[in-house]
Amino acid sequence: MMILEYLLSALALGMTFLYGSTGEIITEKAGHLNLGIPGVMCIGAAGGCASLHLMVMAGINIPVVWVVVGLLCAFLSAALAGLLYSFLAVTLQSNQNVTGLVLTTFGVGLMKYIMFGLTDGDGGVPYLKTLSAFRFPFSESTTSLQKCSITALLAVVIALVTSFVLFKTKVGLNLRAVGENPATADAAGINVVGYKYAATCIGSGIAGIGGLSYIMNCSGSREGYLSIEAFGWLAIALVIFALWKPHLSVFGSFLFGLLYIAGSFIPSIIPIAGFKTMWATPLFEMLPYVVTIIVLVISSIKEKKENQPPASLGLSYFREER
Amino acid sequence: MNKENKASAAKEKIKKEPLFHIAKRAPLPFWKSAMIRVIAVLLALVVCAVVCYILGEGKVNPLELFSKLFEGNFETERKIWRTLKDIAVLLCISLAVTPAFKMRFWNIGAEGQVLVSCLASVACVYYLGSSLPNGVLLLCMFGAALVTGILWAVLPAIFKAKWNTNETLFTLMMNYIATSLVSFFLIIWTPDGSSSLKEFQIGQLPVVYNQYLLLVIIVALLTVGMYIYLKYSKQGYEIAVVGESQKTACYIGISVKKVIVRTMIVSGALCGLAGFLIVSALDHSVTTNTVGGRGFTAIMVSWLGKFNPFIMVLTSFLIVFLEHGAQEVSSDFPAINSAFPSIITGIILFFIIGCEFFVNYKLVMRQKEESAK
Repeated sequence: MMILEYLLSALALGMTFLYGSTGEIITEKAGHLNLGIPGVMCIGAAGGCASLHLMVMAGINIPVVWVVVGLLCAFLSAALAGLLYSFLAVTLQSNQNVTGLVLTTFGVGLMKYIMFGLTDGDGGVPYLKTLSAFRFPFSESTTSLQKCSITALLAVVIALVTSFVLFKTKVGLNLRAVGENPATADAAGINVVGYKYAATCIGSGIAGIGGLSYIMNCSGSREGYLSIEAFGWLAIALVIFALWKPHLSVFGSFLFGLLYIAGSFIPSIIPIAGFKTMWATPLFEMLPYVVTIIVLVISSIKEKKENQPPASLGLSYFREER
Repeated sequence: MNKENKASAAKEKIKKEPLFHIAKRAPLPFWKSAMIRVIAVLLALVVCAVVCYILGEGKVNPLELFSKLFEGNFETERKIWRTLKDIAVLLCISLAVTPAFKMRFWNIGAEGQVLVSCLASVACVYYLGSSLPNGVLLLCMFGAALVTGILWAVLPAIFKAKWNTNETLFTLMMNYIATSLVSFFLIIWTPDGSSSLKEFQIGQLPVVYNQYLLLVIIVALLTVGMYIYLKYSKQGYEIAVVGESQKTACYIGISVKKVIVRTMIVSGALCGLAGFLIVSALDHSVTTNTVGGRGFTAIMVSWLGKFNPFIMVLTSFLIVFLEHGAQEVSSDFPAINSAFPSIITGIILFFIIGCEFFVNYKLVMRQKEESAK
């Protein structure tokens, strides 16, 4: 029973990483290392919660509307943040790392600011009333099954669709060309700037849904927003782990989920003599990062072309530069 | 008929050049580029005032906002020293990441490098503190901090040099390993389960005038030293060449791999120094939040300062100034909460990042129709 609980919690948490990493993969395929993803996920969460807050306060009581509008607002607010990033990094040619880091600072601050304000005045949190809608169809369950709802399923669907578009369609081919060698793509008549903008905005939007999905589906409490930033960084790690392939990222996210919460489950499932339970949490939390480094190193040693980061990742493209 | 239409449409399309295009411009004289940046900061402050007015529900007078910014930094002697201290720490970490950045080695792991050195220093006090005299203990702490700082920095560098492993992602991951290590050791060191280590009384740097002066002096010396190293030493020159073009570096006989590893050793050692200073002069303890994001802020300081240590003094001042000022604002106006400083910092940095474009590029407007067709 404990094992099942563990697997289900890991799955639910993993879906948060999956949203973030799918978004980041799309962005990175266009050659943009968007270190603003943690901030973008926060902005998405804040935008979604703000819209839910407004709907509940206005007395709208239709669960479907809650979910659809909430996810849409999360997507749009995060996409706006992505637009800001792409304006600076694509049009104004600024340094991607610096821009991304500033976006994270800004996004986390903005989210905290907004989330502080979302109360009804006497300590109540209106947006949490929509919880059961987001946990459809398992909202009645008392185990961790309640966290594996449609919003979690949506992450898998989005990841698989993204994989299909990236690797099987012409749009995906063009996008990858932009990320590998923008000058060549430009010469081939691909609208480089357009692709970069679209990829960053859509990618950010998807990551933003992850933020909202974590608060409403996985955490289900007001304090949930405090850990979104950490999950954003894990999502970036997951991109490397999945070798820039969203369909691998589905499994990767589950594994990361397993590792991330292993500290609170493993010691009670498999007791190890002399091993203190308290030690386990930080050691297991370290594992996803260690595994990611190992994957990164191995893939760079093996030099298989399809497992490398996009060749122009992190570089601005300026047409007149040689 | 249809064909003709299409042809004329195509012609129309060719005739219409875009309204403007972007071109690189020759390096601007110093005062001009400084002007652009000052204008950007002023514009950003105007936006901040508007944001503050909206967030404060109209109760906050924008002019009062600016006076609060100054009050937060300079109102009392204690506040001035606090400002100086924060500038010194931020500047120290920024100086540490600068050589790597100048080499275009995107080391975003300063956070972890500093944190792990803090951890090593504290470990020295915890295990050796009772058996060693203070001076020797300080040396041990310094040594341990240097070694761990270098280790955290040189690992990604070796893999980068040898197999071209992406250093941005590698160093980013190292940050979180450092954080987890700290929380692991905190659990071991605090048997009562509180996970917070008491400030210790040994292993402290001597107090010169007050707790902060020695720190400020060390960082000031470091700033001058780094300027000389980057500008006048052979190694500094090699860093600049590798940063400009690795191919050129190869061509003139610089071993790129050696430069990468050596520079990251310097960078890691300075991060180690920063960690040692934080522990021995300020915190006398360690938590997972000891560095508090300053490793990331340092990247912005270094980049905004164009890798010039003296300009970096200004940029780190700007960031610390904003942070303290915005804290003052959020503590004085009840309508504005404590997340306000990062919003303000974010807005101003967005403007500064954006204005770099106008320093490096210009918009060339479409020329008037040259001659009749």
